Amino acid sequence: MTESTLSKLKILAESAKYDVSCSSSGTVRRGRKGDGIGNTVGGVGICHSFADDGRCISLLKVMLTNVCMYDCAYCINRRSNDIPRATLSVTEIVDITMEFYRRNYIEGLFLSSGVVRNPDYTMERLVKVAQDLRTVHRFNGYIHLKSIPGASQDLVRKAGLYADRMSVNIEIPNEKSLKHLAPEKDFKSVFDPMGYIRQGVLENKEDRRTMRHAPRFVPAGQSTQMIVGASPEHDRDILRLSSALYATPTMRRVYYSGYIHVNSYDTRLPALKQPPLVRENRLYQADWLMRFYQFKAEEIADDSHPDLELEIDPKLSWALRHPEQFPVDVNRADYEMILRIPGVGVKSATLIVNARRYRRLTSDHLKKIGVVMKRARYFITCGELPGQCVADVSPEYVRRQLTAIPGPCRTAPDSRQLTFDF
Amino acid sequence: MTVFTFDGTFDGLLTAIFDAYFRKQFPDMLLRSGDVLPMFCDDSHDVVTDEEKSVRVWRSLSRKLSSAAMSAVATSFLCEMRDYDTVLFRYLRKAVDSPVSIEGDFSDEDVIEVTRMVRRVRHEATRMAQFVRFQKAADGTYFGVAEPMYNVLPLAVKHFADRFSTMRFLLYDRRRHFGYYYDGEEARMVTLPDELYHIATGRLPEDMMDSDEKLYQDMWRTYFKAIAIKERINPRKQRQDMPVRFWKYLTEKN
Ligand code: SF4
Repeated sequence: MTESTLSKLKILAESAKYDVSCSSSGTVRRGRKGDGIGNTVGGVGICHSFADDGRCISLLKVMLTNVCMYDCAYCINRRSNDIPRATLSVTEIVDITMEFYRRNYIEGLFLSSGVVRNPDYTMERLVKVAQDLRTVHRFNGYIHLKSIPGASQDLVRKAGLYADRMSVNIEIPNEKSLKHLAPEKDFKSVFDPMGYIRQGVLENKEDRRTMRHAPRFVPAGQSTQMIVGASPEHDRDILRLSSALYATPTMRRVYYSGYIHVNSYDTRLPALKQPPLVRENRLYQADWLMRFYQFKAEEIADDSHPDLELEIDPKLSWALRHPEQFPVDVNRADYEMILRIPGVGVKSATLIVNARRYRRLTSDHLKKIGVVMKRARYFITCGELPGQCVADVSPEYVRRQLTAIPGPCRTAPDSRQLTFDF
Repeated sequence: MTVFTFDGTFDGLLTAIFDAYFRKQFPDMLLRSGDVLPMFCDDSHDVVTDEEKSVRVWRSLSRKLSSAAMSAVATSFLCEMRDYDTVLFRYLRKAVDSPVSIEGDFSDEDVIEVTRMVRRVRHEATRMAQFVRFQKAADGTYFGVAEPMYNVLPLAVKHFADRFSTMRFLLYDRRRHFGYYYDGEEARMVTLPDELYHIATGRLPEDMMDSDEKLYQDMWRTYFKAIAIKERINPRKQRQDMPVRFWKYLTEKN
């Protein structure tokens, strides 16, 4: 380990930073007493730090090399860019991971790479890192490996034996746009490796039924990323694709990355002054609605509303388009409907259905439970509030009331916060 | 007003429950020994902690509450907040008196308060798992210091001992003046002089560091800077998710 490793690390972290995923979620593995180091805590994982852009640092996110033979228009590492290039050796990356982990800087490693020579050559080196960590250093922490587009099924299978999570980024949510911006790629080069991972997981499940100690294959499933705003697709198209992906057995997370205009000379790309952060936030909220609030993609954005509103969150937006669904009686309604009340989150919805078994809930109870009454009051009845329901007073009125309130229950259009305060 | 005083231990609190039922007298307030009695106190009782009694109370509680609620009760007590003693006492009394478990009754103020406190204590323990930084000393021990808001080191040390089972480490709570030394087998409680340089500052002096320690610290700082996207700089979110009170011991912020 020397100073030169340090400067390579700097270059390769800067090259890796546009990949949004950093999470160490989705797998629980206890430590092995007296054997190597590491455990994984499951749930949402652990963020060890927050960078100056406010993003969570959970894994050491780095590229093995930022040399790449491809020329994707949106990527900082494309071959036509004149940027500093570097390559870390397998030993270097393994050592940095182990040493960072022991100091509690990270939960593990998220490794990707530019494509050198050919996809299999590149993939083999990624696999080697994971293999060394697991077998030589007995590393039991989190490993996320990027699958290189075009890598063979054999190598993906091998990678899956060591990785907790694997990902293949779609990047551009429409095949025509993808081919336009990344001529060397198509949907096949993305969906094939996704299929290999899925198949590996499913076969492994079978194996584990007969041999309980068969090693687990990619236990935290796969994730992917789409760039938002580099191509003309609507939120409707993005959410449709996400929802189709979530319907496949192993897809755990879809990330959305507001396009940053890194290659301003390329006229195939829109000249955005600022990355579309509010839109990105709204997409994450919509994604939450699909994963935790039982919303369908078509309910959130459809042909008559192809894009999410920037001014209000998608749950409120749905409620205002559907005044006929309200008011919801918090003492009677199903859990599914309680979840749809603006101002009620998953946590408060659970508390409500628990608490109402003991007695009738009043607005006082709801407040204590943590319901944001400023919002919820237009959408609920608990047998005591005088009617200010959205169905009576009109959606426009409610919208005006709610967008006029400053404060934490509203994400202003210029806010850069990621909030899920519904 | 009736006041019970106890020694501030969890066993003491459970003994207080035992005494209350035995005496058929229930305190309006719980104080810790040494606290000044309130002016309107017309009756007070000194609880003498008795493990046998506390075990009996704990056992009968386990018939009233789920094991998740039991562990929540014990965890929440780590908050060490004085006003909370009385809340927890009321909660336990309600649990004893109620024919069904009270743990899901979120229309009850004490149930909400206990639930909230457990969440806060667990959150603080999570923050230890997030923000403790270890430095490698020349003798191979990893060293970390924290000042948690609640007494969560006992929870944190379990996590680290599981994760770093083959390492030797010392994790120290500067605010409460004790820590744990884990020797690769088990964690033992230790107390060190506050004026030691590394205890006082949370930093190993250079002559105590492992030869590679400085390099890895530099690498981590470099990485931390390099990974931020400058078009998205957002100090507000950074401070929200990583409160400034933790920065003092963060390698990347110093
Ligand atoms: S293949 Fe990956 S690293 Fe290479 S230019 Fe395309 S996106 Fe960038």
